[in-house]
Amino acid sequence: MLEVRGVHTFYGQIEALKGIDVTVNEGEIVTLIGSNGAGKTTLLMTICGSPRAAKGTITFEGRDITRMPTHHLVGTGIAQSPEGRRIFPRMTVYENLQMGALRTDPKYFKQDLDMVYSLFPRLQERQEQRGGTLSGGEQQMLAIGRALMSRPRLLLLDEPSLGLAPMVVRQIFDVIKEINRRDKMTVFLVEQNAFHALKLAHRAYVMVNGVITLQGSGQELLANPEIRAAYLEGGSH
Amino acid sequence: MAYFLQQLINGLTLGSIYGLIAIGYTMVYGIIGMINFAHGEIYMIGAFISVITFLVLGELGISYIPLALVVVLLCTMVLTGVWGWTVERIAYRPLRGSFRLAPLISAIGMSIALQNGVQVSQGARVKPIQPIIQGGLTLFHQGDFDVVVSYLQIFILVLTVALMIGFTWLITRTSLGRQQRACEQDRTMAGLVGVNVDRTISMTFVMGAVLASVAGLMVTLQYGVIDFYIGFLAGMKAFTAAVLGGIGSLPGAMLGGLLIGLIESFWSAYFTIEYKDVATFGILVLVLIFRPTGLLGKPEVEKV
Repeated sequence: MLEVRGVHTFYGQIEALKGIDVTVNEGEIVTLIGSNGAGKTTLLMTICGSPRAAKGTITFEGRDITRMPTHHLVGTGIAQSPEGRRIFPRMTVYENLQMGALRTDPKYFKQDLDMVYSLFPRLQERQEQRGGTLSGGEQQMLAIGRALMSRPRLLLLDEPSLGLAPMVVRQIFDVIKEINRRDKMTVFLVEQNAFHALKLAHRAYVMVNGVITLQGSGQELLANPEIRAAYLEGGSH
Repeated sequence: MAYFLQQLINGLTLGSIYGLIAIGYTMVYGIIGMINFAHGEIYMIGAFISVITFLVLGELGISYIPLALVVVLLCTMVLTGVWGWTVERIAYRPLRGSFRLAPLISAIGMSIALQNGVQVSQGARVKPIQPIIQGGLTLFHQGDFDVVVSYLQIFILVLTVALMIGFTWLITRTSLGRQQRACEQDRTMAGLVGVNVDRTISMTFVMGAVLASVAGLMVTLQYGVIDFYIGFLAGMKAFTAAVLGGIGSLPGAMLGGLLIGLIESFWSAYFTIEYKDVATFGILVLVLIFRPTGLLGKPEVEKV
């Protein structure tokens, strides 16, 4: 479904991605783990064309999207819940969700809104509240809900667990599992919380300094001693 | 009391004009963080377009005033909107992503170019126009002083209120307004949800230009003379209004405009008219010292 081939991305002179190959197949949850500054967020943003890949190709459902303008991407069926959630702070929860549905046929709006509210009842309670006044967990729910409003076939999630209480993290991961199982949504999940991510994912990649160093099934990587030492010991359990 | 009331009416009328121009400054600042120094010139161009349209209608023999006003209003808004779009396209968009000072320098250049362009093409002499809307209502007498609100002032106030209502609706209730606010709050994220950011920025310039052009039309009707240089001082005043109200805040721009108008009227009435600009800018200095974010510009505390 998503094929990233030999992608290099630069920030000025700094090469953040040094030839990345990643494949996400339809119906999978694929996770990308790695430490801070490894280039995980850069990869997700490069898929969305901001910044653009300097070399390599990115294809989605057979279509080359490497040079596609960022604002056209959501129309192809890719939505992102980005790093830091990036809620529109001075818009209400409802308006944020409306923004998510910007490029979607309005006839689906009501139905999609109900779907998001059933996944995150908290958002319905707060629908008239400004995004910037929500708690971190609620903002994360809103970021995912906003992404879902565009009816994506591929959902890109960037560190949905960052800074959240363990109970909220569990709730968010349950939702990810649910939309994958029930709606057959393909998910590409970037995480530092490796333990949770690996348990959830069908397949996983490990990134170090802009290079993919390991890949395998979630279970394989969970059992891998190197991974345990680098990302799991002393991590959150 | 009567004198005070008269100055209040005059001040509100003048303030409406400043407020309409100020919105263009504040919107552009909100969305790309730049002061569009050519905005005063857009207002001046709006005034010229309105004069030219009036003259053309006169040539065509259209003398029914309400019809002429509507035609002039629409022509002025559309043509000035195109100017606003063009200025953004040639002077600012190519510099996006460049260093911060570049678009500012470009704006100053654009301002000079537009001013001189109009001076060369239209001549440097003032352009007079016959009074279009005459007469007025006498509200009441006090001694030998009449409090008068002219039909023109009513026209200006009603039109401003109507534009504000329409504009507020546009920004708060329509998809275009939401896209505009999204770009203002997080441009990268706006792109991710599918907002065409460049197009939205262009639309912001067009909206600002349209409102400024109406102000240009009002000034033409009010004073009956315009020249190529009117954009400078009006632009400075409107910019002051935007900062006074809190730059980036739309209600702030309108409030700032009204305040500047009132300050000018009252200062001219009760103190010395020669120093009215000093009073205006002096109050700006005071506001900036004691309330640097302006009257309504309070940065919201955002959780991360």
